[in-house]
Amino acid sequence: MMWGYRNWWTPFQSLREEMDRLWTEMWPMFADRLPPALVRGQPLMNVWEKDDAVMVEMELPGVKSEQLDVSVVGNELTVKVDRPDTAQEGATYHRRERPVGRFTRLLRLPTEVDAARVEAELRNGVLTITLPKAEKAKPRRITVAAGK
Amino acid sequence: MTRHTNLAKTAAETPPAERTRSGRCYRPNVDIIELADELLVVADVPGASSEQIDVKFEDGQLTIHAHVPERQPEDTEYLLREYGVGDYYRTFEVSEAVDSDKISAEYADGVLTLHLPKAEASKPRKIAVKT
Repeated sequence: MMWGYRNWWTPFQSLREEMDRLWTEMWPMFADRLPPALVRGQPLMNVWEKDDAVMVEMELPGVKSEQLDVSVVGNELTVKVDRPDTAQEGATYHRRERPVGRFTRLLRLPTEVDAARVEAELRNGVLTITLPKAEKAKPRRITVAAGK
Repeated sequence: MTRHTNLAKTAAETPPAERTRSGRCYRPNVDIIELADELLVVADVPGASSEQIDVKFEDGQLTIHAHVPERQPEDTEYLLREYGVGDYYRTFEVSEAVDSDKISAEYADGVLTLHLPKAEASKPRKIAVKT
């Protein structure tokens, strides 16, 4: 059997394509499982659910509302934070632990939300986002009729 | 979707001796900046309010204790829980001579800023060289 260049290369080429495809598909799964704290300064998130809303809370000390960008597209919440570097000229830093820079967090919401009624409040460095559930995603109590 | 990575915030190394309530105690992230005439200590203590922050300076030891009330009921079922909520506590040894009477503090947006003015003796002095 003759191995032309094309034939020799083909299996590797398709293996590579397969790997690329696998990587593209799998990466979000891995990224989602990485502890965000691995990335220094990545803002952390707590998420819980109420009957009529999904609640998201983030601790963002020192962040002003104009340095924040909260948006909802479909069922994805995006929070962008820009913490400017306030390093002072001529100062000596003995400790430097407070994060600076731009960070983005993306959260896939567990239910459909009413994007028009999303509210965000920043108080004492804590951001609370209320995402009201879309009408059809709210729990509905079903009355069970007693059979005779 | 449930995930518990509650370790992202560092626990305080030496929690305060007098605990007013149970719960976790965290170590705040700080910047310590030395300027010509003062030391600045900037600490991230989100969720505290100014009347709940205790700052002490004694024998060259600076102590910050910020009380942070729970924001959610204890039985909240989190879909995602990346951090815990609790008090902030941290102590520092300050080797620089500080004018302790003039220490001042301000709190805004979850950030505590302490101004520790240097004592006269330790301020850099510019000596004019006569020719």
